[in-house]
Amino acid sequence: MRLRTTPLGWVIWAVVAFFFVNLAGVVLSVLVSSFGRRWFDTWLPNGFTTQWYGEAWREFTLFHVIVVTLLVSALVVVLSVLVGAPAAYVLARKNFPGKRLVYLTFLLPILMPPITYGIPLATVLYKFGFAGHLSGVVLANLVPSVPFVILTMTPFIEQVDPRIEDAARMLGAGTRAVFLKILAPLLVPGLLASAILVLVRTVGMFELTFLTAGPDSQTLVVALYYSMSAAGIRAQQSVDAMAVIYTAMMLVLLVVALRFVNPTQLVARVKEEPSE
Amino acid sequence: MSATWQHRLAERGVDRRLWLLLPATIFVLLLFVYPFLYGLSLSFQPLNGGGVLANYNEFFSDAYQRDTIATTLKIALPAALLNVLAAVPIAFRLRGRFRGKRLLTTILVVPITLGTVLTAQGLLNYLGPTGWLNRILLGLHIVDNPIRLTNNYWGVFFSLVITGFPFAFLLVLSYLSGIDPTLERAAATLGASKAQRFRRITLPLLAPGLATTFLLTFVLAFSVFPSAVLVGNPAGSTRVISLAAYQAAYEQYDYSYASAIAMVMGVVELVVVAIVLVWRSRLYTGSTGGKG
Repeated sequence: MRLRTTPLGWVIWAVVAFFFVNLAGVVLSVLVSSFGRRWFDTWLPNGFTTQWYGEAWREFTLFHVIVVTLLVSALVVVLSVLVGAPAAYVLARKNFPGKRLVYLTFLLPILMPPITYGIPLATVLYKFGFAGHLSGVVLANLVPSVPFVILTMTPFIEQVDPRIEDAARMLGAGTRAVFLKILAPLLVPGLLASAILVLVRTVGMFELTFLTAGPDSQTLVVALYYSMSAAGIRAQQSVDAMAVIYTAMMLVLLVVALRFVNPTQLVARVKEEPSE
Repeated sequence: MSATWQHRLAERGVDRRLWLLLPATIFVLLLFVYPFLYGLSLSFQPLNGGGVLANYNEFFSDAYQRDTIATTLKIALPAALLNVLAAVPIAFRLRGRFRGKRLLTTILVVPITLGTVLTAQGLLNYLGPTGWLNRILLGLHIVDNPIRLTNNYWGVFFSLVITGFPFAFLLVLSYLSGIDPTLERAAATLGASKAQRFRRITLPLLAPGLATTFLLTFVLAFSVFPSAVLVGNPAGSTRVISLAAYQAAYEQYDYSYASAIAMVMGVVELVVVAIVLVWRSRLYTGSTGGKG
């Protein structure tokens, strides 16, 4: 099928193009600024340098921040898959009294703005001594991640024919064997999809980390926010450089994600229309 | 005796496999339900005394605080609506198969990686008084003085469009791809025009998905906090409710008042969610022709 373009189609593409030209302006201005020497009232800075990257790396102790970011994200991904996947299995396969209530409870953390439950959550985490440390950040980030794994895994599990499990059971496989030998291999695409989406979400999650992080447990987004809201103390260009580093990191994650997750099949899984 | 009990329970779906639900249930009770109830009870124990509802009274009698609700809705509703409405025609043109589809989809999705701070810095650089946009507009004599698009409502609005649109587009495209194209072809065979096919076949099937997309983008926009500070006017026109809650908790250290604001925020947001869900439940929610 070729793209047939009608007058309305041209208008739509023009609007899209306009949006992207301006978006390119937004992104490029940061990129140029992060390499710029001094940039006041001119089209371009009066010289280029890479010094801001080195400065950002040292001043914001970016190595430590990136290690924390990766550690938090990895822990959140592993824990949310371990907790979420079995629950997704039950919700996909079984009907039981109170299922709707359980489902709603899992849905709420996704439907609520993070600040709403984040403030009481941070208060509780401070009370028990978790907040301000890595553990508090991980626990807080699990709150939307576990439900997210459950919601993305459920359709994948529904697709696996239950008769395969029944057959394995009839041949004498126990629950553990059914899980490890039958379900796990069939669910690898679903597991990968939800794990990668949780990873991207956690690296980008601002509010919950912001509310629970101490000085040693900041992730990159939070460190960036602090460096920018404390404007005037540090050169704007090194904040720009740091923002570019963050975006580069997210871009790598997204490209990896798109290799495993077909974006058009996030909520409904269909065969692509055959080409005509 | 116990065997028949187990049998009866199993018939209703209660058997050993339900234990698999336990870790997630414990987790959601400990980290979501308990803190939420704790915050709720904390909000009824005002720091300065004055009765159970003192925090809520204080919030609603202070116009500076009360207006944050309207401010938030004024930013979040139009931004979410625009993101969903703009996503429909674009997703519509991108479904089906054609060369470069993957590339185009990727380009449209990439802004997800930008993050609040790069978006904020970029908007300040690009739209600021000496930014490229104002330079072009001044150079072309379209305006005489630089237009102000940052540190006000528009800065926050643009930032929500940049971060929210790719997300809305991805969801709408996903819902649209789930609609079986043979339905439309059947309608075409029966003589339905393009507009008729859209109005009578695609739109009704897509509407529940649009409602969901609107909800999720609205939740994102409603909790706007960093960009309201960075590209907005956090003391005035973009003082959103999450900012009020944050200030109460971390600047005044009044967790009780902060919890009360968080509860108000949750209620306002859930009211919007409920309205959309009620509307959505009146739409067609069966199969869209896709596989499960």
